[in-house]
Amino acid sequence: MAAIGWVLARDAWPSISKFGISFLWRSVWDTNKGSFGGLTPIYGTICTTLIAIVIAVPLALAIALLLVEMVHPLVRKIVGTAIELLAAIPSIVYGMWGLFVLVPLIQKYVDPAIQRTPLRGLPLFSGAPLGYGILTAGLILALMILPFIAAVSRDVLSMVPQVIKEAGYGMGSTTWEVTRSISLRYGLSGIVGAFFLGVGRAVGETMAVTYVIGGASNLSTSWLQPGQTIASKIALGFPETGPGLERGALVELGLILFAMTIIFQLIAQTWLRRVRKRVGGRA
Amino acid sequence: MSGMEGVPRRSVARRKLGDGLVRIIAWVSASIGIFAMGWILYTCIRRGAASWNLDFFTKMPTPTGVAGGGILNAIVGTLIITAIAAAIGLPLGFFAGIYLAEFGRTGRVASVIRLICNVMVGIPSILTGVFAYGLIVIAMGHFSALAGSVALAVIMLPVVARTTEDILNLVPNELRESALAVGAPRWKAILGVICRAARAGLITGGILAVVRVSGETAPLLLTVLNNQFWSVDPTQPMANLTVTIYQYANTPYPDLQLKAWGASLLIIVGVLGANLLVRLIAQRGRQW
Repeated sequence: MAAIGWVLARDAWPSISKFGISFLWRSVWDTNKGSFGGLTPIYGTICTTLIAIVIAVPLALAIALLLVEMVHPLVRKIVGTAIELLAAIPSIVYGMWGLFVLVPLIQKYVDPAIQRTPLRGLPLFSGAPLGYGILTAGLILALMILPFIAAVSRDVLSMVPQVIKEAGYGMGSTTWEVTRSISLRYGLSGIVGAFFLGVGRAVGETMAVTYVIGGASNLSTSWLQPGQTIASKIALGFPETGPGLERGALVELGLILFAMTIIFQLIAQTWLRRVRKRVGGRA
Repeated sequence: MSGMEGVPRRSVARRKLGDGLVRIIAWVSASIGIFAMGWILYTCIRRGAASWNLDFFTKMPTPTGVAGGGILNAIVGTLIITAIAAAIGLPLGFFAGIYLAEFGRTGRVASVIRLICNVMVGIPSILTGVFAYGLIVIAMGHFSALAGSVALAVIMLPVVARTTEDILNLVPNELRESALAVGAPRWKAILGVICRAARAGLITGGILAVVRVSGETAPLLLTVLNNQFWSVDPTQPMANLTVTIYQYANTPYPDLQLKAWGASLLIIVGVLGANLLVRLIAQRGRQW
């Protein structure tokens, strides 16, 4: 891991030394003038991850809840296995589906629908309906991390001891009351851990995003317009640039992504470890 | 009712209503999620199956615009790249796992390594591509299959190390102690007794790790690139399935797009097939 960090830092050095800290908030990416800034991909990464999390986490929790509390064990086993298998499908497949199925749908129906509402006045939803863009990328990401988060939260919820739940039902609680005040509270820390792992995946996902985000190099605040994430910028730009300043700038983006994921992972890991310690102490 | 005085009273009807509402929300959102996932699978199967025929698996790609042809070179290339990656990543990960489980159970060094492994599992795959690029492609001066294999091995290493450790920890301590008690040296006890007891689990973990990296695209895009022609030389760019999908899907030719779907289906079938197989083996093992 140290080797990865070192190689990244070495290759990024021309860019780091030239642009300094302002790389983080400059939005130009001009090959001819040799002037590069990372704001556009950083903004795209944050927005797509945000969209993905907001959509995927409630859906995943609902699926987990359904599987653990409400359905026949046989259904639970079949659907549970299916979800685990879906989590194993390579991201490029999600990307292709997004490109050929989701992009036309968004372009034809979702974008115009959003723009008929008063929301179009906001800078987030301005611009021509293209289908490609940050919103589409966020949707694909949500679909990708959905099975993953669902599987982990199902494991967490099914770890809640049966005795505690039965005590709740014995007092006459409804399923929702037991879930809210017992299962969710008991499993909260595990679910937060799953959440962080999901964020880590969404932040660094490359192929699924590269297909549908459109690959613009100018900053556009609108979610309906083409954007760029750090990972897609690297994937699109790397094979086309020779050694030099632009490559350094791309590697510096990679370095930023590296730092972001390490921070997320460390939070998730230490959190999970604390949880495990507490649960272990209780048993 | 004397014990219930502090509890706010809520009518049964309202509580039942709340419960019903949550049930409906859970069912609806679960259906949305499962429906979307089924949709993806359905699309891949329908469009992918349309491109599957004998030529697809046994012929080389035709020049762009000429109908027919297959992706034999990409299939072989993916197998070679993955095999080299497995040859590098599996042994390293395996021995790292042995170290964590057998020699460094409680030590400080081991817990740091363990934490690093956990963090590395979450590192985006494209970064291992950038790493292999900086390390190998620049040194060699051109893209090569070998660099791609190294990138994949870097992804594999922490996964294999962690699963090996978890599985070895399941082996009962008595087994360890009895092997040492009859005078076996430590390495023999570990390799001959403990690893043999954990064989099924180790194989399963290894297969899953290999399958997982076989579907990676991003690192290969930066290191192996692609090759339209037949090549089995690992020091040169080599054709492979995932980058082929990526490039074909971005062309305007329906013929190539169809091939990309076919290749996607092939990967899905491979990945899901291996996963199901491993599950079956694991279930069998439990019955014995």
